[in-house]
Amino acid sequence: MSVAVEPRIDETSADGARVRLRERVEAPLRSKAWGVKGRLLVAGLSLVVAWGVFAWIHQVRDGLAVTGLSNHVSWGLYITNFVFFIGISHAGTLVSAILRLTHAEWRRPITRLAEMITVVALVIGASMVLVDMGRPDRLLNVLRFPHLRSPILWDILSISTYILGSLIYLFLPLVPDVAALRDSPALGRVRRRIYRALSLRWTGLPEQRVALTRAIGIMAVVIVPVAVSVHTVVSWIFGMTLREGWNSTIFGPYFVVGAIFSGIAGIIVVMAIFRRAYRLEEFITEKHFRYLGSLLMVLGLLYVYFTASEYITVGYKLRVGDDALLSALLVGRYAVLFWTFAIGGTLVPILLLAFRRTRTVPGIVSAAVLVNVGMWLKRFVIVVPSMALPLMPWEWGTYHPTWVEWSITAAAFAGFALVFVLLARFFPVISVWEVEEGWEQLEVQERWERLEVGVSHDGQLDGNGHGNGDGHPNGHRDGHLEPAQHADGVVPEGPPIATGEER
Amino acid sequence: MHTDSERRDQGRGERSPAEGGCPLSRRAFLARAAATAGSVAAAGRVVAALRGEPANAATTAGQTEVPQWAMVIDLGRCDGCKECTTACQKTHFTGDQEWIQVFEVTDEGGGHYFLPRPCMQCENAPCLNVCPVGATFRNENGTVLINHDICIGCRFCMAACPYGARSFNWGEPENPPGASLAQYTPEYPIPHRKGTPDKCMFCAHDAEVGKLPACVSACPMSAIWFGDLVRDIATNGLETVKLSWLLTERNAYRLKEELGTRPRVWYLPGHGQQSEEVTPV
Repeated sequence: MSVAVEPRIDETSADGARVRLRERVEAPLRSKAWGVKGRLLVAGLSLVVAWGVFAWIHQVRDGLAVTGLSNHVSWGLYITNFVFFIGISHAGTLVSAILRLTHAEWRRPITRLAEMITVVALVIGASMVLVDMGRPDRLLNVLRFPHLRSPILWDILSISTYILGSLIYLFLPLVPDVAALRDSPALGRVRRRIYRALSLRWTGLPEQRVALTRAIGIMAVVIVPVAVSVHTVVSWIFGMTLREGWNSTIFGPYFVVGAIFSGIAGIIVVMAIFRRAYRLEEFITEKHFRYLGSLLMVLGLLYVYFTASEYITVGYKLRVGDDALLSALLVGRYAVLFWTFAIGGTLVPILLLAFRRTRTVPGIVSAAVLVNVGMWLKRFVIVVPSMALPLMPWEWGTYHPTWVEWSITAAAFAGFALVFVLLARFFPVISVWEVEEGWEQLEVQERWERLEVGVSHDGQLDGNGHGNGDGHPNGHRDGHLEPAQHADGVVPEGPPIATGEER
Repeated sequence: MHTDSERRDQGRGERSPAEGGCPLSRRAFLARAAATAGSVAAAGRVVAALRGEPANAATTAGQTEVPQWAMVIDLGRCDGCKECTTACQKTHFTGDQEWIQVFEVTDEGGGHYFLPRPCMQCENAPCLNVCPVGATFRNENGTVLINHDICIGCRFCMAACPYGARSFNWGEPENPPGASLAQYTPEYPIPHRKGTPDKCMFCAHDAEVGKLPACVSACPMSAIWFGDLVRDIATNGLETVKLSWLLTERNAYRLKEELGTRPRVWYLPGHGQQSEEVTPV
């Protein structure tokens, strides 16, 4: 159970999987891990980001006049990107916190990736607000002259809490993993020193494990309401105005559902990429795609439900302004974007996920890509049409994003990928100790059941036995692993059920 | 002490004792008595009111209160010449921004009328509520101003304004020569700042010294009235009337009343039919 202990190599047992997992996860962290492809990727992404930074400098110098924004349509791509990335950030919360709280054992190999997505997406999303500001030089005025009546202040409070919380939530489960890496001779000295600093003198002592599990448990509980608040107040930037299309009471939950929807899709895409790039097929299995695919489908149906509720209640009454907005969305100037979202971003993915024939890894990943594209478009048709519609007796506003806006948008996505790639070069993309913990619990569980069925309750279990051998964290036994994970966060040593009773 | 809205409600309550059940109060009676005085005296009081001075011993109503500026635009008189827009642009060096914008509206019968739209100076101002740094604020006269020194340029105010009354300085704004030497105040925001919004603010700098807003003085049809809700008086530069009389007798309405923004700009319905009758100044 102790992470610091070097596992014995035994091809016929779980230790084989254990060794392979450590090897797969550690290999990318070695200094010579950059292949030609990797270098080209980082160089390419860096170029796009550098170009975006250049475009932003140009914008700061000449003002937002270099964008396609106008008095009529004063928010555009940047705000769209902001909502999109903050939405993606809900990936970490859902998979990691909610699945942890519900003891969904299959989560173990994918929590780290999810938590990384949250942090990176939040940073990119928040930077979009800076890019959108007419006076970025006055950013700190929001702290010097805070006006608490403004939803933007709520956003700042909520998102900064979320960034802090998700950093802690990413860091805590990382501690045992970096502790295991600090002594790995294959890694460079500087790297190991950093790992040592981050490992907080972790040695895997029982009291350390208890403290860590408890801390993670607390953070998992805390982070969920914070995440919900984040996308609620993001939606209130729109929902607190009197504009048609934004003046809606359901925007809070609507946005939260949309955020989780696109967040799950984001995880599936990132998972697929790292699974292939880091050859993690043995640990991130088709099962993970199918389970997340089911969640994606449910959230997709929920999102369709919210979308229908929103537009049907508005469309039935057709108040002045709402009628113009609705016809622009459904049949008018935004119809192509809207229906691309509605069909390509919800209907097709849901169908792909609904049928066994297409519920394969390629099918699920395709659905996730479609959802991400669709949800970006959806954010665009939330932001722009409500700005472009005529509030006064004037024409519809037009908005044609310029090269500056497209460059910065491209840089946002490239920056997301770049930060992620660098992060994944420095920290394990799979939470090794949690996966191992899952295996151990499974073994203990199996032995315990065997004992119960069999003869005695002598409790001679070492808790360090052999796995199910197929290398899959839980094999076929999902959902039967509960006894070892107590609500109070105590990870028992030895026979879990007996220990729990004795205490 | 009275809140702004109570104060205003008292002022407005006087206008139609017939419709309300409340008896004529002493204060309302005095105000009405004062209003029946000659128009010369009334004009003097407007100027005094504009200066923020106590007008006259007779105007006991709200004597110690600061003026609460309001605007009434007579659509029956507006002929869409846009002199108000031009005068505003000259006064505030707005370049091609139109702080008071004149729309041509097609009415129910297929005819046309012109609709000048300044900032509504809403009492429940969406722009003021949403500003993250409180750069948009209300001065003691109820006018909504922008502090361009702290604005961060997020444009939430523009998204929130239901009247599209704000213009943004997307690039380096046009400023008059020597503007950099000007003493910036929110009441007279020169020089304009890149990356911040601008809007009509009832010529707050002029009101301080007892002058009418540029659009009011410039209107050849005298279609724009400027007045004080506290002293219940309004002038278009030619005539001076009781503000409440104007609002009541002429069926004044406000734009998008249903939104609850409570604008301080009223409109008198019409379609330019009186524009011929008025002698230009």
